[in-house]
Amino acid sequence: MEHGSAAGRSTVSTRFALRDRTAIVGLGATPYVKRGHSAPQTLEELVGKAIIAAANDAGVAVPDIDGFAYFAGGFDTGYLMETLGIRDCGFTASLTGSGGGSAGAVGLASAAILSGHAETVVVVGAVQQGTLRYGAIPTSYAASPESSFYQSAGLVGPGHMFALLARRHMHLHGTTRDHFADVAITVRDNAVGHPTALMQKPLTRDEYFAAPMISDPHCLYDFCLETDGAVAVIVTSTERARDLKQRPVLVHASAHGGAGEWARSIYWMDMPDETFASSGHAAIARRLFAAADVDVGGIDTAQIYDHFTSQVLMQLEDYGFCGKGEGGLFVASGAVARNGRLPINTDGGQLSGGYIWGMSHVREAVEQLRGTAHHQVAGARTALVTGGPSNVPVSGLILRSDR
Amino acid sequence: MTRIAKRPPLGAFTLASDRWTEPFWDAAEEHRLTCARCGACGHFRMPPTPFCPVCRSQSIEWPTLPGTGTLYSYTIVERATLPGTEHTIPYVPAVVTLDGADGRRMVTNIVDSAIDAVRIGAPVHVVFDTLEDGTVIPRFRLGESAA
Ligand SMILES: [Zn+2]
Repeated sequence: MEHGSAAGRSTVSTRFALRDRTAIVGLGATPYVKRGHSAPQTLEELVGKAIIAAANDAGVAVPDIDGFAYFAGGFDTGYLMETLGIRDCGFTASLTGSGGGSAGAVGLASAAILSGHAETVVVVGAVQQGTLRYGAIPTSYAASPESSFYQSAGLVGPGHMFALLARRHMHLHGTTRDHFADVAITVRDNAVGHPTALMQKPLTRDEYFAAPMISDPHCLYDFCLETDGAVAVIVTSTERARDLKQRPVLVHASAHGGAGEWARSIYWMDMPDETFASSGHAAIARRLFAAADVDVGGIDTAQIYDHFTSQVLMQLEDYGFCGKGEGGLFVASGAVARNGRLPINTDGGQLSGGYIWGMSHVREAVEQLRGTAHHQVAGARTALVTGGPSNVPVSGLILRSDR
Repeated sequence: MTRIAKRPPLGAFTLASDRWTEPFWDAAEEHRLTCARCGACGHFRMPPTPFCPVCRSQSIEWPTLPGTGTLYSYTIVERATLPGTEHTIPYVPAVVTLDGADGRRMVTNIVDSAIDAVRIGAPVHVVFDTLEDGTVIPRFRLGESAA
């Protein structure tokens, strides 16, 4: 045996241990409704409904769920166990941060299964914005010595922070509002007719430019929706998945975290000049593709965290679908439309479908790989899902259809 | 009509500080712009934190900066996110590269300046705004100096 290749194999077996050994077997969701319209249901009720639906979809008994993987702090596992009659829990953990962990929470579930902590793990995300709008979420955090530096500048919401990045991207790369419009119009086109999407009317370029400016260069249509709803998925071993009801969708690779230079990025604005006008996903893309046996050309569809149109462009760049600074030209070419080479956000995304803190993207990727999507991408076998641009962690996930 | 950049809505904002950030706000009260600098290796950092990320030293210095800088990026807020703050529109959150701080930036506002003249790369200079509770916040105007 040649020494180099032996060492190479051993690296592969440990580092890429995730590859295809776990699978998403169940999908459940509440309807996506406009912010505040889920009342009088409670947030925990929405979570419970999504979990029950996911278990039913998988053909798994709810009491047999034995693990919980969350992001953004998650939910009270004890309460969910009492409420849903779950017998025994071997894993309950959350990624840190906020929506940046959504895609990565599926990897957390896989890690729980492969480490033997649990067999049947639910990943659940939910939002209910009845009292607090996420658009103003930083105002809900008490001022700290650290936050005083950006709260004192009137940075009320993520829309202000990401506008600073978008403006810099325009300055450096010649990106225009027409490019942002391309994203908004493309994703809206996917929402129209899609059964789960909230926005059902096509968006014209004239309407886009007539919309009120909110935080220049972002207008109304550059912002995602404000939605109530919950999405849950059930993850188990691939071996077991093949005996269950649905066609398994394999967890091929997952990564979460990010580069130190991006760590407090959107609050501190101290990223190096080369990465300021980016999504912070470049480090995650490197980890993800290093752990995968496909490169960027092998991705058939991408469900890209679209809280802001400009951040879709920057993620396309950071994952290498196009060159740095070329995101605008890439979307203008039609590449991300349903008949393009990389259809994105085929359920209308968070811009026009519904904002469930990233979990709707996981759901749509699973539908695509099962072959049951409303706007089915012909022959889709491999899908990318992203979670956040936000402060660290951000996350990425590659899912694949079985065989 | 020329639109002028206003002050941002601060609502219930109350400054919080600790031993690592207090000297920054104390300097602002004296109308002095400063930036944390590592006492061991000279690395500037913003906001100030308990350790230098380059050498982990806790030694910290507060040099007085010239108070000038360059506009790195900005956004013009045209719609109030919080009800009751409409009178603050438009205001301009900004990122300013501080002169004399080795490229460190500060999250701040452009104020008292023509909105039409706000552009990346513009020279800016510090002004000190006193809030009702006496807190002093460094902000910036377009132009190399007050003159
Ligand atoms: Zn140092």
